[in-house]
Amino acid sequence: MPGLEDLYREIILDHYRAPRNRGELPVPPAHKVEGFNPLCGDEVVLFLDIDGDTVADLKIAGQGCSISQASTSMMSGAVKGKSVAEARRLIRAFKALMSIHESKLEGEGDGEDLRAELEGVRLGDLEALQGVVKFPVRIKCATLAWNTLQQGLDEAAEDS
Amino acid sequence: MTAPTLDVARIKADFPILKRQVHGKRLVYLDSAASSQKPLMVLDAMDRYYRECNANVHRGVYTIAEEATAAFEAARAKVARFVHADHAHEIVYVRNATEAINLVAYSWARANLGPGDPIVLTQMEHHANVVPWHILAAERGAELRWISLTPDYRLDLTDLDELLDGAKLLAFSAMSNVLGTINEVRPLADAAHAAGAQVLVDACQAVPHLAVDVQAWDADFVAFSAHKMCGPTGIGALWARAELLEAMPPFMGGGEMITNVTVDGFTPNEIPWKFEAGTPAIAEAIGFGAAVDYLDDLGMDAVRAHEKAITAYALDALDRRFGDNLTIYGPRDIDVRGGAISFLFAGIHAHDISQVVDEEAVCVRAGHHCAKPLMRVLGVPATTRASFYVYNDEADADALVDALARAERFFAI
Repeated sequence: MPGLEDLYREIILDHYRAPRNRGELPVPPAHKVEGFNPLCGDEVVLFLDIDGDTVADLKIAGQGCSISQASTSMMSGAVKGKSVAEARRLIRAFKALMSIHESKLEGEGDGEDLRAELEGVRLGDLEALQGVVKFPVRIKCATLAWNTLQQGLDEAAEDS
Repeated sequence: MTAPTLDVARIKADFPILKRQVHGKRLVYLDSAASSQKPLMVLDAMDRYYRECNANVHRGVYTIAEEATAAFEAARAKVARFVHADHAHEIVYVRNATEAINLVAYSWARANLGPGDPIVLTQMEHHANVVPWHILAAERGAELRWISLTPDYRLDLTDLDELLDGAKLLAFSAMSNVLGTINEVRPLADAAHAAGAQVLVDACQAVPHLAVDVQAWDADFVAFSAHKMCGPTGIGALWARAELLEAMPPFMGGGEMITNVTVDGFTPNEIPWKFEAGTPAIAEAIGFGAAVDYLDDLGMDAVRAHEKAITAYALDALDRRFGDNLTIYGPRDIDVRGGAISFLFAGIHAHDISQVVDEEAVCVRAGHHCAKPLMRVLGVPATTRASFYVYNDEADADALVDALARAERFFAI
């Protein structure tokens, strides 16, 4: 049976208590994008400064549970300064991390496709969020920031 | 005479699920405002139907079909008596209170409301009593008006006459699922009728916890669900006076709801069957009747007295243990509130609270409780809600407080 320490790893609580990259960027030139989790009212706001092919700067705002807010903080650190292509690869890798356990539970293959997404991607601190998959209700909390980032990158690409 | 009370130890024994352990601990169920647990007699009644007289209702002439029909209709009569309806045929079986309100919105409101017709709601409504009216407003151009709240979480009736001016409908909850606030129905119904408006009461939280008399309320429509009052999911009731139901067009078409069908058209059945297209939730209706019997045996005055006592105990225990770190959203006056206690813990999100207290086998709800307009008024994204019912005692309230203390330590900065 999964325990609370699987979910609330110390690094997660640290990001929750002291979120990185918190703030706003002037819009425009930055893109502002908001994500909501209708189930629990979690809210993630991202300000993305895309310079050519690079996520030059990124600020986060919003409010919600420790998992959603820590995931947002960790995501901001992981993609800031990276290329848009790398950011998208991280999004896919993180979502794969969040679905391996689920797909196994549902008997949809052995998760090989998902593992391929993770191949060669360094998730670092983000791996601390893997414990979330043992608490299926909370997966949406962890993926909110990443879905919002994906939406922001898509919108930014359309605008440019 | 002493106030009626409940023997909670005996009541707990009636609910098989309460014998269960979660994470190796005694289950402490404090989410009855979302859905109550079911006593053995309800489970047995449904089981008996499937084992002994499973057949469709109002169709066969064989013995078990007649038994099924008799049990199905006897349950309707019990529900009618329970809320003091004049006739059993004033009770329309629906899936739940949400469907009851939608039935009124689709049938009565679409026949009677037009562009610019005002509908008055309150800021403490559940989405079930908000979204059907948004849909109607978008479709027919009806105008939604909102009764706001006072600082002590009650309805602010200062501008009631102005809000009701020209209104066609006043729709409100008799007891808030978030704040616990009890809204006295009769004065609101009188004001609405004086203004020429009809009155719909969302009684989903009231019927399980208070003695309800729909005639004394003088409401026009009353909606409630079985699953919040010890009954099964999938069944609920809409009460309305016979004349009103008779004048309303059918909601859904199909079998059961007709007396005749030709290639040219149909003649609707009599009430209440006019509104009950298709094979109904038969076992669930029978379970609904058993739930009413169960609550009748306890006595609704005793239920209310018990809930006042346990709610007062819990409010006091939360205050004493956590002081200003815990903010309660709802009236403090026990006479105007039910057993739903919503709160915010300083610095800890509701979801995290409910996750940590689950480790102690304490079930509480976290989120917006299907009342996002209210959450906006309160200025919070989500709250934690503990709600008490007939099977909860002081030990359950103590378990909540201890589990919250653990959450406080866990998230301490």
